[in-house]
Amino acid sequence: MCDQTFLAITFGPCDNCSQNKPLMNIYLKNEPINYCSLCVELMACQGLAKGETIHTLKVESESLKAKLEEERGKLHDVELHQVAEKIEALGQFVMKTRRTLKGHGNKVLCMDWCRDKRRIVSSSQDGKVIVWDAYTTNKEHAVTMPCTWVMACAYAPSGCAVACGGLDNKCSVYPLSLDKNENLAAKKKSVAMHTNYLSSCSFTNSDMQILTSSGDGTCALWDVESGQLLQSFHGHSADVLSLDLAPSETGNTFVSGGCDKKANVWDMRSGQNVQSFETHESDINCVKYYPCGDAFATGSDDATCRLYDLRADREVAIYSKDSIIFGASSVDFSLSGRLLFAGHNDYTINVWDVLKGTRVAILFGHENRVSTVRVSPDGTAFCSGSWDNTLRIWA
Amino acid sequence: MARDMSDKDILKMELEQLQKEVKNTREPVSKTTKEIYEWVEAQAAEDPLIKGVPEDKNPFKEKGGCIITCDFLWQN
Repeated sequence: MCDQTFLAITFGPCDNCSQNKPLMNIYLKNEPINYCSLCVELMACQGLAKGETIHTLKVESESLKAKLEEERGKLHDVELHQVAEKIEALGQFVMKTRRTLKGHGNKVLCMDWCRDKRRIVSSSQDGKVIVWDAYTTNKEHAVTMPCTWVMACAYAPSGCAVACGGLDNKCSVYPLSLDKNENLAAKKKSVAMHTNYLSSCSFTNSDMQILTSSGDGTCALWDVESGQLLQSFHGHSADVLSLDLAPSETGNTFVSGGCDKKANVWDMRSGQNVQSFETHESDINCVKYYPCGDAFATGSDDATCRLYDLRADREVAIYSKDSIIFGASSVDFSLSGRLLFAGHNDYTINVWDVLKGTRVAILFGHENRVSTVRVSPDGTAFCSGSWDNTLRIWA
Repeated sequence: MARDMSDKDILKMELEQLQKEVKNTREPVSKTTKEIYEWVEAQAAEDPLIKGVPEDKNPFKEKGGCIITCDFLWQN
């Protein structure tokens, strides 16, 4: 070992062995610590001593993944489109833009339908959150958030409040008042606090609880009234971009997807990750449960949408074409689950026959990326929001 | 949070998760997809985006006719 001479900037008690020695100022997990050179050496050897280097962990991880694939493969006895061969093909598809909602000053990032099948809340990059009446295209309420890039918004089941958030790292709930002149911002309630941007939020079956996902890699369940964290969900190794709750009849689970290319299914009560799927080749931008609750679909930057069956524990369909090269930002199912609508970054919306795996239609109209797609609660129409500052209702 | 975890911690977390998942029970794809397809078939009859909705019943379809706007000028 060659002689090292280094300038000792500090001389004092070591944080570890408490002896008075020249200290090396180093950073561990962003925290400055002062260890003497002997303790630094010992610390570096600790990992090795247990035989648990990053390399051995990776090797074990790979072998388990292979075993998991093998177990899943044993039950992969048929393809979805084979099972669906006997079904009648869908007829000619005619869908047009029926309403265009103009009013946002910048990119529309997210939208949600109210359970009354008529009202819509949408949020945009300029910090505005607007509640619209989709039948008449009138704006009913408008709130200006203190931050830009409001990436998430959701309507409460009762229709009396909306939740939204984005770069402020919070999810705030605004009760909607019937008095048009009332300043909604005054009644704002901050519910969720993350350490990075809020990517998605959703009320559970009542107005009392909200589920959020964030760029900090976690999802969390909050009590609206007290703002208390009820449960947190750790398991993603990168930003979580989207979440969706299971349809109420099927129980307390939700699915989340993120930049680590994984889609995870969580038990809301225990906080446990019960299943996880990693077949996408790039970030998962959107996840959506199938109406029956036994499957979910994902849309990803790898330009494909995939369907995962929860009971068979595997991917059962890929919706892709060589001609589709732009990522899918948002997906949603029609009421019966026969159709999948996917909004893409090439300004189009692709409509897929879920069972047969074929594309049924391409919808043109938006003049910039489609950022969000949602089917109305009664399935009569769907709404798309885009970076061209507008929302369109298609039926 | 995921961003603050070291690579080693993230790998450990993934490893524990994989160990749990290998033990999950699974059903054959033929059985589960058949059930999905039967569920969809049952519901598809009622799906407005598939079967279509008559023009007069769907609130989003265009209503025909003209809108007449009048301006009354009151002069005293």
